Amino acid sequence: MTWLPDHLGEVLSLTVRHTYLAGVPLILGLLIALPLGWLARRYRGLYPILIIGTGLLYTIPSLALFIMLPLLLGTKILDPANVVIAMTIYTIALLVRTVADGLGSVPDAVNQSATAMGYRRGRRFLSVELPLAVPVISAGLRVAAVSNVSIVSVATLIGVQQLGSLFTDGFNRAFMEPIIVGVVACVLLALVFDGVILGATRLATPWQRAGKAPS
Amino acid sequence: MINRILAWLTDGAHWQGDDGITRRLVEHVGYSLTAVLIAALIAVPLGLYIGHTGRGRVFVVNIAGAARSVPSLGLLFLAILWLGPKLSGDIAFLVPAGLVLVVLAIPPILSGAYAGVEGVDPDARDAARGMGMRGTQVLRNVEFPCALPLIMSGIRSATLQVIATATIAAVVGLGGLGRFLIDGLAVRDTPQTASGAVLVAVLAMIVDLILALAQRYLVSRGLTGRYVTVPTFDAGDVSPPAPTLQHSA
Repeated sequence: MTWLPDHLGEVLSLTVRHTYLAGVPLILGLLIALPLGWLARRYRGLYPILIIGTGLLYTIPSLALFIMLPLLLGTKILDPANVVIAMTIYTIALLVRTVADGLGSVPDAVNQSATAMGYRRGRRFLSVELPLAVPVISAGLRVAAVSNVSIVSVATLIGVQQLGSLFTDGFNRAFMEPIIVGVVACVLLALVFDGVILGATRLATPWQRAGKAPS
Repeated sequence: MINRILAWLTDGAHWQGDDGITRRLVEHVGYSLTAVLIAALIAVPLGLYIGHTGRGRVFVVNIAGAARSVPSLGLLFLAILWLGPKLSGDIAFLVPAGLVLVVLAIPPILSGAYAGVEGVDPDARDAARGMGMRGTQVLRNVEFPCALPLIMSGIRSATLQVIATATIAAVVGLGGLGRFLIDGLAVRDTPQTASGAVLVAVLAMIVDLILALAQRYLVSRGLTGRYVTVPTFDAGDVSPPAPTLQHSA
């Protein structure tokens, strides 16, 4: 292991870029999936359309999506925005169903109680349904986060720099060490994303611990 | 651009020969089918066994999560560099790439099969035992059919993953539709690259559609409620545990 100490700076800056390319789409995707998931719950007819539509988007292999987006959007092929948009599409595709199912998991009695207490639809959604759906949504978000981190590495094939660059770099020189460092860094980054989401979920769902506290 | 893609795709010369679309399509489907089939032969029995006996649950739960985070491109390169020099000729990249495809396809199928059996209504299992069925009979006649929806969604996830990974495997010399993307990128032939991307996307969608239809017709009517005309409970309210489609390539 002599390669890593010499290239620590490079690996760190690639990690930062990787975090950005995988993390920003996660937030954007969640923000877009929330209203879509709500719509799918609110209007039952929309549910199958949204689920099938986003499911179809999800089937597109990442390399194909990375290549098609610049042509559809008119961006440059090397523009990292393509990767951010592609990852956002995958995140939405995973989360719309999760959000709809999460909102569906809120007991009817709870919704009716909230309505009886005078909550209007909008406020009921924000302060009753959404918080109670957090555990389900968080489970979907964790899957999206982990797969985003690993899919982003494919972007090296279209020339966008991130941890995947270590793969092509190592392969072109038939040198395994950068590849191993890249794989390990990707897995660690996925663990960090997972940990952050778990932590945020714990903070957002204090009632889940309340029952377990010794009384 | 759309016109240039259409022009490229409708050019008869691009469909024929050793590097034509037809040949590449057959290769792509061939690799994917082989890999998913081998993976299913390993993962379905293993998942059923683990779900039935409850042995090794921790293993399945962890391996599915861990596998999702391993970047397939890195795995592909490592396999080629490690195994390639030990083999010669075409198999020097065919075997390592195929191995990676199989390895990537196993976790989703395994966790689908396991979760499917795990999620079978205990009452159904008890009823089967009460009717005098033995362990293997319960597995074959009750648990397997009940687990089929999740097994199928595991296979669908695995297939998407394999089709996507087979595409990027063109970078290490594998055939298939990925060739158009990788070669097109290398020589900056945009119409070829874009057409390849469109072909791969359409292939993935069609294959997923076929599997979705297969799932519809394989799963017992007793589970799906198809053909049932009597008003039953509102299926919209008790959605089954959402199988999470996944691919990481």
